[in-house]
Amino acid sequence: MIEAVVINRVEAESKDCLTLHFEWDRPVSPGQFVMVWIPGLDEVPMSISSIGPEKAMTVRRAGEATEALHALSPGDRMGVRGPYGNGFELNGMRTLAVGGGVGMAPLMPLLRTMYADVAIGARSADELLFEEEARRYCDKVETSTDDGSRGMRGNAVQLAERMMDEGDYEQVVACGPEVMLYHLFRACEARGVHCQMSLERYMKCAVGLCGSCMLGKERVCIDGPVFDSARLRALSEFGRSKRDAAGRSVGL
Amino acid sequence: MIDLAVEIGTIRMSNPAMLASGVMDETGEALVRMMEAGAGAVVTKSIGVAAHDGHPNPCLVELPHGYVNAMGLPNPGMDRFAEELRTIMPAPAPVIASVYAADEEGFVAVAAAMEDAGAAGVEMNLSCPHAAGFGMELGTDPARVRSMVEAVASSVSVPVMAKLTPNTADITAIGRAVEDGGGDAVVAINTLRAMCISPEFARPVLSNRYGGLSGPAVRPVGVRAVYDLRRELSIPIVGVGGIETWRDAAEYIMAGASCFQVGSAVGRRGPEVFREITGGLQAFMESHGYAGMKDMEAAVHD
Repeated sequence: MIEAVVINRVEAESKDCLTLHFEWDRPVSPGQFVMVWIPGLDEVPMSISSIGPEKAMTVRRAGEATEALHALSPGDRMGVRGPYGNGFELNGMRTLAVGGGVGMAPLMPLLRTMYADVAIGARSADELLFEEEARRYCDKVETSTDDGSRGMRGNAVQLAERMMDEGDYEQVVACGPEVMLYHLFRACEARGVHCQMSLERYMKCAVGLCGSCMLGKERVCIDGPVFDSARLRALSEFGRSKRDAAGRSVGL
Repeated sequence: MIDLAVEIGTIRMSNPAMLASGVMDETGEALVRMMEAGAGAVVTKSIGVAAHDGHPNPCLVELPHGYVNAMGLPNPGMDRFAEELRTIMPAPAPVIASVYAADEEGFVAVAAAMEDAGAAGVEMNLSCPHAAGFGMELGTDPARVRSMVEAVASSVSVPVMAKLTPNTADITAIGRAVEDGGGDAVVAINTLRAMCISPEFARPVLSNRYGGLSGPAVRPVGVRAVYDLRRELSIPIVGVGGIETWRDAAEYIMAGASCFQVGSAVGRRGPEVFREITGGLQAFMESHGYAGMKDMEAAVHD
């Protein structure tokens, strides 16, 4: 059932991202998502970036729906249903967390819960997300930017590869653009490093019914959105194609 | 073990549990996954002549006893979907193509494309309650139903079923029109026209305002519809509406259905629901002395 939740606080995070903190009394595990309803406009899937008594979602301005979410102020309401999906599995592995752009959002509840080193990538310094907060929980936090304005010049995959070669990680947990995740997955496979990656697809029902978010044989909404290495290997469309609203296969 | 095999014309199924249209059936891989989960046959998303995005979100409301949805017939169009189907042929279980159109010509075109792509049968969607100009508006007029079923039945060689809407005063009049038009089976029921409102936002939740109610909430309506249809028709009936357990399936079969479809339960219970239902049905039939599906069919009728 859709619930109307009240925005408590809005926090600017980067050039194009902000965090909406809202009152919502539901247990959420790291990596789960909600469907957010903007009445009269759309309903979109959104990762939860804070899972305490007060929840939060971190939104990058990318289209009409996220534009509308950016226009919300404390006291405003939005519709929320969920939480949905299988999040990250908390295990004892030595972990490198890799976030590309707004992909850092679903990783934050994990970093507050378990120990990990962190690689954060973005196009430029003003788009880097959660660097400061990550440093509060994690000893080793490195950054990369495409334009070299902060950290290593390069992308998150190149940074993660360097850290994996220098370190001794058993696992990578990651979220970001799928092309990045695909290359990161290849890099992990080559090094025998286990992966948990959060993926996304166009979504309608979010409850495993309609099949709009199929990725190979898996439903991103309920079988995912986090998939481990064994399942990633079997996803025929991973890194290659996705489905549009009409169910047509299109390039990523 | 009791053999659950059942046939609708030339469609041979190893068990009577079909995947209902609209659920996990827009891609070849999704259909195959449902077959592997134990579906005796699968019905595809409703396919039209051209690609269609469907309604904007929200498209679904979850309720304690079901869903209200208004997907709005999203589909890739008959040509792209035919390609999709060809990638899974020969399939391990029969694929029945759900087709929709605004007129006879459209229905015939899509049905033919689906047969060519390997569909073992056609299910005419005469009952979608949330797509203007398609579905329910056509499916409540017996004369139009008869004419559309005639057109499709005379143009394809695979069995033609018609899915009926419960949103009409007398569902048996529509069922009769399907039979008179040469249809091989009726499928009953589609969803019940419904609406959900958010008091906080003072507006209907679904972008389409209206949707269709499915799930356990509608089951007694479906069982009654199948019972009524069985008294009037001689063609087979496929029962659908809120089936989640073997008991639910047994109700539909005893009311007169030859086989049944499972839809909402795939979301509410998971794809494992197919094996749970058919396994339970086998155990029940064994302990109550039913030799096969035909033996239990219409058991409550005199």
